Amino acid sequence: MTQQISLPGSAMDDPGSEQLGLFLYQMQLLRRFEEKTGEMYTKGKIRGFLHLYTGQEACAVGALNALREQDQIVTHYRDHGHALARGVDANRIMAELFGRVDGLSGGRGGSMHLYDVSKGFLGGYAIVAAHLPLAVGLGLAARMQKEDRLALCIFGDGSVGEGEFHEALNLAALWDTPVIFFCENNLYGMGVRFAESLSTQIPKLAAAYNMPAVSINGMDVLEVYRETRKAVEHCSAGNGPYFIEAMTYRYRGHSMADPELYRLKDEIEQYRKRDAIEALKQHMMERGMLDQAGWEDVVRRVDKAVDDAVAFADASPEPGLDTLYGNLMAEPTDD
Amino acid sequence: MTELRMRDALREALREEMIRDSRIFLLGEDIGAYGGSYAVTKGLLEEFGEERVKDTPIAESGIVGVGIGAAMAGLRPMVELMTINFSFLALEQIVNSAAKLHYMSNGQIRVPLVIRMASGGGSPLAATHSHSLEGLYAHFPGLNVVCPSNAADAKGLLKRAFRDENTTIFIEHTAIYGVKGEVPDDPDFVVEFGKANILRAGSDVTIVGYSGSVHQALRAATLLEQDGIEAEVIDLRTLRPLDMGTVIASVKKTNRAVIVEDDWKFGGFGGELSAQIMEQAFDWLDAPVARVSGKDVPMPYNRNLEFAALPSEEDVVEAVLAMM
Repeated sequence: MTQQISLPGSAMDDPGSEQLGLFLYQMQLLRRFEEKTGEMYTKGKIRGFLHLYTGQEACAVGALNALREQDQIVTHYRDHGHALARGVDANRIMAELFGRVDGLSGGRGGSMHLYDVSKGFLGGYAIVAAHLPLAVGLGLAARMQKEDRLALCIFGDGSVGEGEFHEALNLAALWDTPVIFFCENNLYGMGVRFAESLSTQIPKLAAAYNMPAVSINGMDVLEVYRETRKAVEHCSAGNGPYFIEAMTYRYRGHSMADPELYRLKDEIEQYRKRDAIEALKQHMMERGMLDQAGWEDVVRRVDKAVDDAVAFADASPEPGLDTLYGNLMAEPTDD
Repeated sequence: MTELRMRDALREALREEMIRDSRIFLLGEDIGAYGGSYAVTKGLLEEFGEERVKDTPIAESGIVGVGIGAAMAGLRPMVELMTINFSFLALEQIVNSAAKLHYMSNGQIRVPLVIRMASGGGSPLAATHSHSLEGLYAHFPGLNVVCPSNAADAKGLLKRAFRDENTTIFIEHTAIYGVKGEVPDDPDFVVEFGKANILRAGSDVTIVGYSGSVHQALRAATLLEQDGIEAEVIDLRTLRPLDMGTVIASVKKTNRAVIVEDDWKFGGFGGELSAQIMEQAFDWLDAPVARVSGKDVPMPYNRNLEFAALPSEEDVVEAVLAMM
């Protein structure tokens, strides 16, 4: 049984079949890319910590596609999916994971710290909740610069116990900053269930700081897209921050090092039956937007893109040791 | 030139830079209506308005993070944190984001941010408001660490900080906020980072200080003169970047070095200076490098105990005489 996808509510936000096709392609790309990075990790091509996004694709694809070109993004360390959904070059992401010179930051950051400023993608942050105040600063700057631009701040349920979460929400609301706080609640902060680490519900915390706060089905790409569009309109109209809790689930462990002793295989199986890609596929097939051949074409194109990314990363050289001290301190610009 | 107290020189720097660059705005605890807990920002709210002089909640990590984000987006924020001990609540933001983003993003991101904070003992405010921790921030690559000892440098270095592309930790010693000095009026007057200042020339011993400890060094040099000892006094001005060239050249001339710091000796910045002098001028030294530092305890409130915990000019004189 696959989950029933909710029907679009407002005609204005209805993604057409072309856009749904893009969502499907992107979700499959995120899925396949992560499966491949897991494989590359076991082969020793990717080192360090690797946190796979598998299962949560509807969040990234729904939320990032609702943004506009001028908007900015900061996110947590499970960040490959967000970068891909923002249109960051898969080849350069994979090269960064390989630690190579053609990576997004030449192998300086690795999996948890992806940056592509040209796409407004201002980073994955590997200290839980560290980037929430940064998002408020980005939003405040947009307001002061009188530009219609917002910051999308993606974080996990593990962030809500941190002081920076509360400081950031208060400051964002206090100063009416255009920030979308997007909480991916995948039920676990590493191995601790969020219900065991929080004395209340997440949207109640956000509502207490005087901003609209909703909890949505993060396994439904259309619902995520529509709600984030609403949030974009809210922020763009100068109404201050907006809070979304997207209920989702990661299929793999916290990181590749996780033996997953804290949850049952059965729970994972139950969530797999609600798989977001399967749900969108079925939604499109029922409406004649997709047939089996069309799906196979998506799979083929994605497989090729992912294989190309691996080939690109593998061919990219290691950074020269003479670059070790480069870009430690920023030099003056011409302005 | 105008004679100004250090706090007024700092305010002049803020005013002139805010007039010069509309991207600059100020964030901090009680910097607006209250005028700043050390009166540095007094009058700026009235002159520049609420948009550019923002009172904030008491949320150090949050407001430093906001400063970082605004800097990433092209503005030039300054965050005032009242006192250096409060900055520990923002240490995560300073160390993990402000100092590292340019490097980790391989040059894509810039964080031109100024973070001001007060430090130093003598007020007497006991152990949570009195320490000198410039050396702590100097430990982190990716930051500028600035600690002026006088009004002119305070103005020139703060103006320089606003013209930098990186995060500057700007540390002001509370005991010298009221000390007057001649300050240049030129709005383009800046003091470069990484240029130590020889405040007093001498041939017998090099005394190195920074921030408040420069004053003990200078007083000690005056006392030593009575014993016929000519001390050269060097004010480092900035710990990152650090001007070791000036220190080494002086030590090669005097063959002796004494470091004066309010900070704890154990693991403090004086240890770094001592090691570098040893590495670069070992053959010129006629005596081991001496460190005159704060005592290895949290700062006590009682006046006599606090004085005992801080380095004095007599301690400096004693250290010099011991090596002659």
